[in-house]
Amino acid sequence: MKIAIIQFGGTNCDLDVLHVLKDVLGLDAETVWYKQEDLTGFDGVVVPGGFSYGDYLRAGAIAARTPIMDSVKKLAAEGKPVLGICNGFQVLTEARLLEGALTTNEYPKFRCHWTNLRVEAVDTPFTSKFKKGELIRMPIAHMEGKFYAEEKTLAELDEKEQVVFRYVDGNGKVMDSANPNGSLENIAGIVNTSRNILGLMPHPERASESILGSDDGLRVFESMADYITENF
Amino acid sequence: MQYQATVTIEQKAGMLDPEGTTAKRALGHLGYEVSSVKTAKLYEIVLEAESADIAQQKVDEMCQKLIANPIVHNYTIELKELN
Repeated sequence: MKIAIIQFGGTNCDLDVLHVLKDVLGLDAETVWYKQEDLTGFDGVVVPGGFSYGDYLRAGAIAARTPIMDSVKKLAAEGKPVLGICNGFQVLTEARLLEGALTTNEYPKFRCHWTNLRVEAVDTPFTSKFKKGELIRMPIAHMEGKFYAEEKTLAELDEKEQVVFRYVDGNGKVMDSANPNGSLENIAGIVNTSRNILGLMPHPERASESILGSDDGLRVFESMADYITENF
Repeated sequence: MQYQATVTIEQKAGMLDPEGTTAKRALGHLGYEVSSVKTAKLYEIVLEAESADIAQQKVDEMCQKLIANPIVHNYTIELKELN
């Protein structure tokens, strides 16, 4: 099993993800510069966080239109898992691999702090190691993290149980006060209808060792690795 | 022919415009009471095309594919012929 971590100009969470996959989990993973357009031999992809292309036009807009994204689409079409974290989530929505858009936070500042999340769906390649309704902690660090979608799309996401994580308070309740960016319905992460593409604003790689304050995020990568081992 | 397209990208109705809201509040601090402030992004694109219709069509494609995000933006294109 080998996992690719895509690097664009301005990506800056690539080595954190590599550390978690290689050093913490002992998996085979490598960074792939976006100009390498061939992802043959890889069984999964992580699109990490950062500020690809300076967030020019819109966050993720330029990266989403680079040729390597065609290879990511092909890999996803084979059912292999694709995980987009923070700027990676923005890239996946801009590439139309996921529904909706990530827009400027309701309070238009960069917000960097821990959040409480509720796991809403465990039947995905990224959350099999969680319990449905489980309360977990992961940090956010973004200015364009407000999840927006038209009403019809939101209804479909709910109906098909595509919402995977929501921002909640310490008691696991969906509250405005627990919503760090104004995301509609407190949405922090969603999957596509085939469930093998996940985008989320919180950073699981920054919550993958207890010394960092939480290792809840590690189970996202463990789930992904299990899924690859079982299916590919 | 050479054309210049002025593309204006605006948030769709109902989308928040925190920058506009902040500017409105700051204008209030200066004594200007205004009903609303909206921000927009403007692109000037110069291109060669056989006709104005073709230029308009090409710029519209550019907006759909890259310049705007149709989920959250409306856009307008104003085209003028350059000498």
